[in-house]
Amino acid sequence: MSLLDLREVHVAYASAAGPIPAVRGVNLSVERGEVLGIAGESGCGKSTLASTVLRLLPPSATASGQVLLDGSDVLTMSWGEIRTVRWAEAAIVFQGALHSLNPVQRVGEQIAEPLRLHRTTKGVRARVSELLQQVGLPESRAKAYPHQLSGGQRQRVMIAMALACAPDLIIADEPTTALDVMVQAQVLDLLTGLVRELDMALVLISHDLGVLGTTCDRIAVMYAGEIVEVGPGLSLFDHPRHPYTQALSGAFPRIGDPRARYAPIGLPGDPPYPGELGVGCAFHPRCPLAVADCLAEPVPLTDGVRCIRVDG
Amino acid sequence: MILSVRDLMVRFGQVRAVDGVDLDLDAGEIVALVGESGCGKTTLARSLLGLVAPTRGQINFDGQPLDYRRLKPFRRQVQLILQDPLGALNPRHTVYDAVAEGIRIHRVPGNEEERVADALSRAGLRPAERFFLRYPHELSGGQRQRVVIAGALVLSPRVLVADEPVSSLDASVRGEILGLLLRLRAELGLSVLVVTHDLGLAWNIADRVAVMYLGRIVECGPTAEVLNAPRHPYTQALLSVVPDVGRTRQQVLAGEPPDPANIPSGCRFHPRCPVVMPACATAVLPVLPVLDLQAPHQSACLRT
Repeated sequence: MSLLDLREVHVAYASAAGPIPAVRGVNLSVERGEVLGIAGESGCGKSTLASTVLRLLPPSATASGQVLLDGSDVLTMSWGEIRTVRWAEAAIVFQGALHSLNPVQRVGEQIAEPLRLHRTTKGVRARVSELLQQVGLPESRAKAYPHQLSGGQRQRVMIAMALACAPDLIIADEPTTALDVMVQAQVLDLLTGLVRELDMALVLISHDLGVLGTTCDRIAVMYAGEIVEVGPGLSLFDHPRHPYTQALSGAFPRIGDPRARYAPIGLPGDPPYPGELGVGCAFHPRCPLAVADCLAEPVPLTDGVRCIRVDG
Repeated sequence: MILSVRDLMVRFGQVRAVDGVDLDLDAGEIVALVGESGCGKTTLARSLLGLVAPTRGQINFDGQPLDYRRLKPFRRQVQLILQDPLGALNPRHTVYDAVAEGIRIHRVPGNEEERVADALSRAGLRPAERFFLRYPHELSGGQRQRVVIAGALVLSPRVLVADEPVSSLDASVRGEILGLLLRLRAELGLSVLVVTHDLGLAWNIADRVAVMYLGRIVECGPTAEVLNAPRHPYTQALLSVVPDVGRTRQQVLAGEPPDPANIPSGCRFHPRCPVVMPACATAVLPVLPVLDLQAPHQSACLRT
């Protein structure tokens, strides 16, 4: 049994003009010890999908399908059950560490908060020290306020919080986006090291296919709420098959590749408005390979690619 | 040489944000100023725009030293493009007003509407008239950045200073905006100084790269040479952590750059340098001299 198993997950946000689909039938699973990447751009549904796993969606959203965490469906749990799952079985590290931390509370107290929520009373301080060490911060930093820490250190505090209750699954939503390349490398090293050391599973969400390609065992690429390609990390980044994945992969050039000199790769146009999707391929208005047939009927995910122009 | 900087130093109290920099920008040239946050690259760019007065050193525009009492004509020629277009645009101004603002401030004679339409279509928003009455929130991220660029172009500047012009944009839009900068250089002969932490961007569009660490340029030269064969250990480490499959082993530096209020003696990189020698802690390294375009690249390291 997979640690996390998403089956036909749909999420829609209510609006005056009717429900707007954000996630449209996602099937994915994550094993213990695995690093899964979810790639996509703003509005593709990747953060909505992450929030669905812990039922952190706003009241305007409705989710359907199954989100099986260690076999039990998060979507049908009572609120009491969900509270026991959050932090203890699965935890999320959000993007903006500065906005996710309380500015007027010492970080040690904030790391202790999930422990206290889960009724740990003894040895909290020792556990906080241990967690700080695990994320590569000196114990003395427990007394610091968030503004006294650098961006990388704050992100480490967020990771320590996520680790506090020893969850089986960590979801990191753009954990390095606001960070410099060197600090990004430090944080990614830390996360992947912890996965191996603690035998957890990690879901890494990013718009940077390069980051995912070098850190993930498997990558799923999302566009307009659907998975358009899924495959092993290295080969998906190196040999993208779906035209959208190819554009994403080309957006961050390989330094040294003469083809990328003075030739940045982009895609004309913008992602579709989720309320106005047709039946066929959502990517076709921007696709260099589009033909009339792309619009005719829903395109299935065949052999890891959702495209009728790509041979399985 | 359209812009040249000599021995520039900018201090804020004890903080030496820019600590001795020589840099040239030629007409029609794209130079990438690369470094991590806190290295002084944004302060350097701001002083090139006359937004920060240097503590020491000189900035020449078109052979003339910058006159801080008469900056207005200079500002028309050197325009800034900021990172976050949503923050740079007034949410209650239409696209037309946002682009026309510069013309009004500088009292540029001629037909305002024609100029605005021309700038918008050069920035890739066509047909321009369709965008006149739109508000920023009605546009996508890429379109907003094009509006910001049009606002700079409307004054027919000779230099663009772009501070992280694509880092807040989606991956698929990024290439389009970088392509636009290349096209503007080709069509209008613009010079561009791109301030960025993104080495891939430099590889995509820059003729030359200058790598900055803690207030100094530590390596400078033609893009292909600096990025294919970096000489300074800092540049080598930066390049090694750019996510890329199949690259050589990563050299992840521990810690973060030191406080610019307390710059280490000798080579300022020595406390984090993986190949440090005893001499590095005391050696006095000169400011990297400016090179002409044909010269091979230089690095400020005792080992090279």
